[in-house]
Amino acid sequence: MTTPMSYYGRPVIKAPTWRWYIGAYLFVGGLAGASTPIVLAARATRNDTLARASLGAACAGIVVSPILLIADLRDPKRFINMLRVFKITSPMSVGSWILTFFGANVAVAAASEWTGIATPLGRTAEVLAALSGPALATYTAALLADTAVPVWHDARHELPFVFAGGALASAASCALIFTPIADAKLARRLATLGAIVEFATLERMKKRLGPLVGEPYRLGGSSRYKQIARMTSALSLALMRGAKGNRTLAIASGLLGITSALCERFSIFEAGKLSANDPKYTVAPQLARRAQREAQAS
Amino acid sequence: MKTFDDTAATAQATYDVPEDRMGFFTDTTLCIGCKACEVACKEWNELQEDGYNFTAESYDNTSALGGNTWRHVAFIEQLPRPVGPANDAEPLPPIPELDGGVASLLDRDASVGPMQFDTMGRWLMSSDVCKHCTRAACLDVCPTGALVRSEFGTVVVQDDVCNGCGYCVPACPFGVIAEQPQSGHAAKCTMCYDRLRDGEKPACAKSCPTESIQFGNLDELRARADERLANVVARFPTARLYGNDEDDGVGGFGAFFLLLDKPHVYGLPPDPIVTTRDLPSIWRTTAYSALALSLLVVTASIGTGKA
Repeated sequence: MTTPMSYYGRPVIKAPTWRWYIGAYLFVGGLAGASTPIVLAARATRNDTLARASLGAACAGIVVSPILLIADLRDPKRFINMLRVFKITSPMSVGSWILTFFGANVAVAAASEWTGIATPLGRTAEVLAALSGPALATYTAALLADTAVPVWHDARHELPFVFAGGALASAASCALIFTPIADAKLARRLATLGAIVEFATLERMKKRLGPLVGEPYRLGGSSRYKQIARMTSALSLALMRGAKGNRTLAIASGLLGITSALCERFSIFEAGKLSANDPKYTVAPQLARRAQREAQAS
Repeated sequence: MKTFDDTAATAQATYDVPEDRMGFFTDTTLCIGCKACEVACKEWNELQEDGYNFTAESYDNTSALGGNTWRHVAFIEQLPRPVGPANDAEPLPPIPELDGGVASLLDRDASVGPMQFDTMGRWLMSSDVCKHCTRAACLDVCPTGALVRSEFGTVVVQDDVCNGCGYCVPACPFGVIAEQPQSGHAAKCTMCYDRLRDGEKPACAKSCPTESIQFGNLDELRARADERLANVVARFPTARLYGNDEDDGVGGFGAFFLLLDKPHVYGLPPDPIVTTRDLPSIWRTTAYSALALSLLVVTASIGTGKA
């Protein structure tokens, strides 16, 4: 497109000012959130080894997540203002409350698990964490979709499923690393399923976005992250068969699965910045939309 | 309000727009590009300078609205040759009928004939500002409640509440609200909230020498704008109002414009939509995806237990 689509080709909308912390949080929050349903499923199948591994991952996640989020605030000492109100119109507000609730329950569950104190309380907290975990893993997709950034907003029908798949793949991959192969059957299954869901919904998303709005995924940083994500995901799945009988292969597969989910989040994160910074992604679809409406009206 | 049928529940929840709403009508046919509004805005609101930049973009070195730039005067040079940003612009208007008034002012020799606007090209100048949307995305997505709807119907950031999360920045469909580097807080036009409280006009409207920036009751401004458009449309067939329609994607602007070309020529979005209009469906999809995640884990766990 050679015709300038705006004032001296300048962006029509402003790109997010979020730094890498937020891209990393999309991954960490997803991993932590998807870990707790695995904890519960493992308990139900009397697999305490897997439960402990995934609870550990969730616990690490709730320590790292607030650090990343607060680090990105331009006025970090006011982080507590996030809990000043509850606003359903703001996915960031809803997410702050989800993270708080989830974090408190994971902390109680983990403390109980490792001290052996108040097991019934710990197990109750575990259930609550398992119920809120999927919300934590997917609300970030609502957060991105609820912006004026075309590549995010137009992906609103698929993005939550992409995040759910990616989060599940990363949580299962993480469990795969820390669980002996005999106890890791569920982790292997979920790592595979998660990766498939993520891949399938991403393809659907790209199809819906079309060649213009979806173009940022083929550009610069977004494209590089996407390529790494694809490659590591394919390798991780290829090693999955071997992971049944070989701990080293299981660890390798898990590490690759985690890398894939991380890179996929950063690919989506970077695509948003590219999408906002070129006015054609904002202006061209809006012109088409208006022309279509005017044609219908007449 | 048909556009917002499925959103009323969330989009309306956070604020009410008062009946007696104040606004801006920026009539770009009157703008001479003096930038008095930019200067007055900076002085009154104590905003830092943007640096001494040279953009080589006509007479505009400000470039865009930002954390320290709450009014921005755009200069667009539309030349007969395809130069500059206006290649996709409307065809230049036909030669206006210059009767005695203007011709005599210019003291032109009658033998030269009328001014050839089609070969001379034209300048478009426009003072951009926050639109103070009826349905404001920045206000909807703000997680701290720092952004509020004032008693004048304007959208204002409470600087002592904002924690600089930056969510409002990509949420705004106009790219208005931005981070103010020195404070780290989100910042934009307040329509001079402090001046309005004292019954004064905003600084930009007060300083505008041609009344291109008009401030007042929004309903009155809309009526005035309709009248003005009817007046100028004969001379400028491409003239149009931008942001005066309550049925548009943001429920109408509190600060709207009379433009002489397509909105995107001025760097404005042609069909802005408040992102939260789709939020109910986004939340639904998100809930389904969370449920799907849980079900997937439950289903996959069948048969993985120890014998």
